Amino acid sequence: MKKMLKGNEAAAEAALRAGMQFYTGYPITPQTEVMEYLSWRMPELGRSFVQASSEVEAINMIFGAAATGTRCLTSSCGPGMSLKQEGISYICFNELPCVLLNVQRWGCGLGSMSSAQTDYLRETRGGGNGDYRVIVLAPNSVQETVDLMYGAFDLAEKYRIPVLLLSEGSLGQMVEPCDLPPFKEGPKEFDWAYTGKYRHCRAIDFDLMPMYDVVNSSAYMREKHARITAAEQRWESYELEDAEYVLCAFGLTSRVVKETVKLLRAKGERVGMIRPISLWPFPVDAFRQVPECAKGYICIEGNDCGQMIEDVALAAKVTRNLPVYLRATGQFTATTKQIMETCEQVRAGKAKEVF
Amino acid sequence: MAVARKRPTMIELQPTFCPGCGHGNASRLLAEVIEEKGLLDNFIMAMGVGCCASMRRHWGGEILQCAHGRPAAAARGLKIGRPDACVVTYHGDGDAYVIGLQETLNAAYTNANISMIVINNTNFAMTGGQMSWTTLPGQKTTTSTRGGRQDGHLPLRIPEIIARDFDVAFVARGSLASAAEINKSKRLIQTAVECQLEGRGFSLVELLSPCPTNWGMSTRQACEHVTQVVSQYYPIGILKDVKKEGEQ
Repeated sequence: MKKMLKGNEAAAEAALRAGMQFYTGYPITPQTEVMEYLSWRMPELGRSFVQASSEVEAINMIFGAAATGTRCLTSSCGPGMSLKQEGISYICFNELPCVLLNVQRWGCGLGSMSSAQTDYLRETRGGGNGDYRVIVLAPNSVQETVDLMYGAFDLAEKYRIPVLLLSEGSLGQMVEPCDLPPFKEGPKEFDWAYTGKYRHCRAIDFDLMPMYDVVNSSAYMREKHARITAAEQRWESYELEDAEYVLCAFGLTSRVVKETVKLLRAKGERVGMIRPISLWPFPVDAFRQVPECAKGYICIEGNDCGQMIEDVALAAKVTRNLPVYLRATGQFTATTKQIMETCEQVRAGKAKEVF
Repeated sequence: MAVARKRPTMIELQPTFCPGCGHGNASRLLAEVIEEKGLLDNFIMAMGVGCCASMRRHWGGEILQCAHGRPAAAARGLKIGRPDACVVTYHGDGDAYVIGLQETLNAAYTNANISMIVINNTNFAMTGGQMSWTTLPGQKTTTSTRGGRQDGHLPLRIPEIIARDFDVAFVARGSLASAAEINKSKRLIQTAVECQLEGRGFSLVELLSPCPTNWGMSTRQACEHVTQVVSQYYPIGILKDVKKEGEQ
């Protein structure tokens, strides 16, 4: 029977069921319930919970635990994720798996308490130094949060890369019915993990790390990213087959977009939707299915400047190259009215494309 | 007749520290303790950023190169993942007491069962000798060129603060400036490791080191400076030693 679960608590429980053994975090709205829930739930299961003194300390504890091959999770919100960027860069340099959860709120600096989609570019491009990527997955329901979290640790270990779940404030707070998966465990041994054993030297000496082979230094990481891009693109398409305009949205915004597509279709308008679920790797393959009759892409995003739109434009460039329009809804999740307005303006030739 | 000292197993190659630097002796002492305690296959170093990072060139054991200041946090994570391994942080005063002050103090605050080794040479040495929070009154560095801290604050004595105000197991300060003190420092490192193996909690050993390169002194002068000047402000000795229950 489905349980009514709050998004943040569902994410936490799903991580435990996926075999997460160590969590460390810091209070920040709107994800503090993740930490609060785990503070009592993890001791019940004999697992390690630490409330960190800062987000910086937390990510560095994750770095140490991840180095031993322990399934570990830290969660935060935009400003807290900013503090973690150096640590994430170190984790990627060492090719360590871990899972990160960002329950976004709007804005730069302290921001506001509004739910938003404000960290897309930072999470997909990385805010730390150097060339790295993390796999970014964006759920749009509590059930999907559970499903994506449940698979995240396996995915991270498969490629030796962090997996970041990009949630949003309202999704962390809302309560929806969902099924919880059964408990599973991660592998006990990895040939790359720190064990303390002499002669498994893991010092950073450049000739010990394949990606820093001086001659072929870029090839290693590019090949790794290419493998992930080939195999891990995820998306949902809706009413795409004869769509004149393709609405693009991720996360909670996509639920409003889907409803809007239904309403517009009922009026006889040919619109469709592509919902990226993996934000990195961005689902370029979804855009190969855009029909010849399509005239444009309309990105609906819960931020100020449009961020996903850049990836839509890049995907369009290599698939069906059409104008890309934007409706950025700032601090508020889009409404069907707003989306319909934008579609109307685009159709009437009154909207200026961004790309 | 001179007896050749045996090279510890953990030291695989010739160290590359500056001539006269205390790191060479410190890494040797640590290597000897590890071998004597049978920890060759059960030791992880959480290493900071600074001159300490040169360890990677000669150390034969597992090293996790941490971000600057973060070894104490990474060590806690390593210990959670491998509770039976001996996890030791290895860094300098800049790494542990300046940028890493929060991580260091919080490891002490939680009485984390890790050992910290901090090499104190009163400056940020690797980057060319900038002022540290351990720089002494009147000491010239590249960012205190007139001598002494520009902000006028007294140098930090972190081991004293931790020993006095935190619920930890073992805190001590040694010196690497003379043969006698080097030998005593080995005992401090040994006690810290024992502390961790017995699960008694957090241990910290600070080791005063000469820095001929950035102090602009010969090795002999730098060692004398540690003994006559630095250790006046940073006294050598055991600051806290909480025995197991029932022990005297």
